[in-house]
Amino acid sequence: MDALIEYSPSLLAGAWITLQVALLSLILAVASGLLGAACKLSRIAPLRWWTALYTTVVRGVPDLVMMLLFFYGGQVILNAISDHLEWEMIELNAFAAGVLTIGFIFGAYFTETFRGAFQAVPAGQMEAGRAYGMNGWQVFWRILFPQMLRYALPGIGNNWLVLLKSTAIVSMIGLADMTWLADQAGRSTHQPFTFYMAVCVLYLAMTAVSNHVLQRLQRRYNVGVREAKV
Amino acid sequence: MDWFDLNVISGSLPEFWRGLWVTLQLTIISLAIGFALAIPLSIARVSSNPWVSRPVSAYTYFFRGTPMLVQLLLIYYGIGQSEWVQQQWETGNSFWLLFRDAYFCALLAFTLNTCAYQLEMFAGAIRNIPLGEVEAAEAMGMTRYTSLCRIVLPSALRRAIPPLSNEVILMLQGSAIASAVTLVDLTGAARNVYSRHYAPFEAFIFAGLLYLAVTFVLVGLFRFAESHWLAHLQPRSASAKKD
Repeated sequence: MDALIEYSPSLLAGAWITLQVALLSLILAVASGLLGAACKLSRIAPLRWWTALYTTVVRGVPDLVMMLLFFYGGQVILNAISDHLEWEMIELNAFAAGVLTIGFIFGAYFTETFRGAFQAVPAGQMEAGRAYGMNGWQVFWRILFPQMLRYALPGIGNNWLVLLKSTAIVSMIGLADMTWLADQAGRSTHQPFTFYMAVCVLYLAMTAVSNHVLQRLQRRYNVGVREAKV
Repeated sequence: MDWFDLNVISGSLPEFWRGLWVTLQLTIISLAIGFALAIPLSIARVSSNPWVSRPVSAYTYFFRGTPMLVQLLLIYYGIGQSEWVQQQWETGNSFWLLFRDAYFCALLAFTLNTCAYQLEMFAGAIRNIPLGEVEAAEAMGMTRYTSLCRIVLPSALRRAIPPLSNEVILMLQGSAIASAVTLVDLTGAARNVYSRHYAPFEAFIFAGLLYLAVTFVLVGLFRFAESHWLAHLQPRSASAKKD
């Protein structure tokens, strides 16, 4: 217990790194998801093919393999570029590699979530917007997007909870997130069980807070929807 | 420099196959044991007795709310290095010696993890059973146990096939973290090939393609299983419609 108190500032700093990785990857993933959904629903066939390839590959390859490829492969590419331009060697940072990989992977999951949600909005809604004289952008921003978000919210919540847990693998490329710091603290105090358990509790706490926020969001976006009670 | 040297791959093929074999073993064994444990536990999960359902829900809450990597590290380093367990090792207690073995620890962590996910799927399917099916079983004079074995479980397990196929694929991908505890699974083999040749593209892209191939096989198998066991839930096709 003393050891846990002694190391708690370090562990909390690690929790902050974990949260940063998760939130930045979430932003990247939502952006790629919206772009991916737009491509999947596009009339241009090659765009649809490329996105189909993207979502299939991501779901078939483990996140760890993807991360190792991005991290070590990215370094090789950076070295080649800096050699070519006769710069000093640039070192690829584990934080950036982690965020890029997790954002890239979950972009594929968000693509599916948003595609389904866009399709769930009835076409009559957009036609009604047109009939009121709104232009394309207004129809998108005032009618399609808010309603799409309502359908997408449960999927977004699920993806976020999975994303949060998958951030633990960044410790395997040496980023000092809470799992990595718990490993170090466990080694130096010979109490690994205590520290891994502390990491579990921190993850559970983050999940609990996320669930609370998601429920509130759900209520906000479901205003005006009547639900049948059985 | 060469960006993609096929000789690196062909020279390490035996290593990749051995790694793939370890990955398949870990995935299949943990899924099978997890499945066998998940069925009785899912019945406990839907029990109306809180003394039965609460412990199970605490178990799934923990294992579904934390990363599998941390669970694996907790079991391998956490349990194995506790003083009490080390004392057991010294006295030669063979049960606790198992926790020295990375393979055993990985199997244990994966099994506990997948069992938690599978049992929640089954519990959900049991809760969603059409009331008429249970009433029909009662009307036929079945006891609760008979209706559980003949009606509730077969119906629930069939409806759990689609989410189960997802879990099987996630477990295959998830097993990649076994290399964190010194095991040489497919990802571990790729990491070894990378560090020997400094060839990240060859090592990780080839490993990724092998995972992708196994995933395609699994998806195909589950398509078949769904068309076989869920045929009665499929929308009727126009050609089969007869008046």
